[in-house]
Amino acid sequence: MGKFNKSGGREMPELNTSSLPDLIFTLLFFFMVIVQLRDVTLKVQFKVPQGTELEKLEKKTLVSFIYVGKPTNEYISKMGSDSRIQLNDKFADVSEVQDYVAQERMGMKEEDQPYMQVSLKMDKDTKMGIITDIKQALRQAYALKINYSALKRE
Amino acid sequence: MAKKKRKVPQTNSSSTADMAFILLIFFLITTSMDTDRGLARLLPPPPQNEQKQDDIIIKERNILQVRLNSQNQLLCGHDYISISQLREKAKEFITNPDNAADLPEKHMKNIPFFGNVMITTNHVISVQTDRGTSYDSYFYVQNELVGAYNDLRNELAKSKFGKVYASCSKEQQAAIRTYYPLKISEAEPRNYGGKK
Repeated sequence: MGKFNKSGGREMPELNTSSLPDLIFTLLFFFMVIVQLRDVTLKVQFKVPQGTELEKLEKKTLVSFIYVGKPTNEYISKMGSDSRIQLNDKFADVSEVQDYVAQERMGMKEEDQPYMQVSLKMDKDTKMGIITDIKQALRQAYALKINYSALKRE
Repeated sequence: MAKKKRKVPQTNSSSTADMAFILLIFFLITTSMDTDRGLARLLPPPPQNEQKQDDIIIKERNILQVRLNSQNQLLCGHDYISISQLREKAKEFITNPDNAADLPEKHMKNIPFFGNVMITTNHVISVQTDRGTSYDSYFYVQNELVGAYNDLRNELAKSKFGKVYASCSKEQQAAIRTYYPLKISEAEPRNYGGKK
């Protein structure tokens, strides 16, 4: 039966790429949503320690950060090379930690306030003196849930 | 001249894909997918008044003194050990498997799922640091202590429920937590010699 006629030299249909940009845009939006642009400029440099028993920090809205480390090269001439505390965008003193926590807490939704967490991003060469001072301040401010930021050790 | 009807030329959209690709690559690079990880700890509430603190007397056998001096040397109980040994030491202290006299005393406690068990309810691991101790070794110590508890809880969960602690149900986790309560206290830092 001459049903399957192969004589007509069929051409390979060209791939329709008109939807390719849409595909890529979808991916693009996905990454744009996921990306979290850092809202503070770091003025201290730190290398967090490594640990094995780490937990994930969940719910970023509940977390406030405290950075401790040596000032970056830009500020080293001004601030010296001692360990410094950074709260939000500026260098701070231990005495300001309590106010900072209170402020952060005020910025949260009321039902979230008891779950407030403070993540301490501290350089591993920091001396315990300054860290203990911070911890005492946090205790006074009733920010009891803390999290020592660290990297996973393989 | 006859006017020819002109067609509006269509924009060539073949390069939109390339433009989108460039943007995509930019965001791919700048994304830091790093999920923040860390060692979660709970600080004790601030002391209400001075008197209350003095009331707490803990028997010597119930307390494991972990001290770090400004040279980052670790004193555990009465002898110097390396940090890698701390986990085993802490586990032995928490469980007191042989009911030794110098390890924490055991008390009968009724826990759901487990019934009446003898556990060291009153044990405390006290971490004391010097102002000159480096954060790195302090963190390591904390990590090992939390690791000791996690190990014990996982062992218990595996033998009792046949799965790791994290995949147990809420009630089971609570029972295991009462079995091995996390008790790491942090004393005020002292200056054990050495400058600040």
